[in-house]
Amino acid sequence: MSTIPTGRRIRLAAISSGGGHWVQLQRLRPAFSDCDVTFLTVKEGYRADVGDCEFRVIPDANRSNKFKLLRTALVVFWQLFRLRPDVVISTGAAPGYFGIRAGKLLGARTIWVDSVANVETLSMSGHRVRPYADLWLTQWPHLAGPEGPFHTGSVL
Amino acid sequence: MIFVTVGTDLPFDRLVKVIDEWAGETGRKDIFAQIGETEWRPRHLAYSKFLEPPEFVRNFSQATTIVAHAGMGTILSALRYEKPILVMPRRASLGEQRNEHQLATAKRLSDMGKITVAFDEAELRRCLDDLGRLQPREKIGPHASSSLVKGLKDFIHTGRHPAKPGDQPPFPA
Repeated sequence: MSTIPTGRRIRLAAISSGGGHWVQLQRLRPAFSDCDVTFLTVKEGYRADVGDCEFRVIPDANRSNKFKLLRTALVVFWQLFRLRPDVVISTGAAPGYFGIRAGKLLGARTIWVDSVANVETLSMSGHRVRPYADLWLTQWPHLAGPEGPFHTGSVL
Repeated sequence: MIFVTVGTDLPFDRLVKVIDEWAGETGRKDIFAQIGETEWRPRHLAYSKFLEPPEFVRNFSQATTIVAHAGMGTILSALRYEKPILVMPRRASLGEQRNEHQLATAKRLSDMGKITVAFDEAELRRCLDDLGRLQPREKIGPHASSSLVKGLKDFIHTGRHPAKPGDQPPFPA
């Protein structure tokens, strides 16, 4: 996990797909105060939600289309390579998974907050992201375990 | 105005069809539906396949009642803006979703008193007849729980794991 030089603001990349994942990411924003935040998501129309923060559009994908997944992975890796974030945080789904993988590869501190919609089991992205997430969270206490995922609260 | 929204990825004909037929029978005109990939073409409702986020927000804020799939974005928005919401979960077994998470979400949030749920078309139909009595649930604030925000903030700035306080942050003091 990275060490962040003191004396400058933390560069944070916050990445998610659309709909509920995006709404949940927005609800975490007070945690990003004092950081230089770049949001990455799948719809230009969400730009209005982020105020003065940096904003990038990435192509959406889910596991039913492997070609689109690959395209999303490449764009996310490239965007994060250019951003060089200190921290990457995601609420899912597939674009967020690639964001955490890219962040880890680039030496960033990585945070996965599994969607509150996953009540009975973690999402597939949430399971697969485990080795790459320095902080691996579920929003449901009954899904938490001593080796993770951990629970510290929820967007509700 | 009733705002109906079913998300964007896969069709949700069961929900749109029941509301369309209900609108036809009751003569209700003040309904707008975002139907996504749904194949059923409503005859008694104004509808649109997709809405850009600003249009979505406008419809949402004008609505007196929301009828929706069990999507978390819609549910969180209904709780935050105190809109009465009636939900029918998409079913993976019927090809409406990739897994059954909406069913589980709907059950849990219903048990927690956060939403009203119709689990099938017959129940949806009954709930629509009672829609005027649907009340908003307890309002949520604009942000996640303070414990989650604090845990994330600490971790972002110090690397201290919120659930493993014994772990040393990976940097020199």
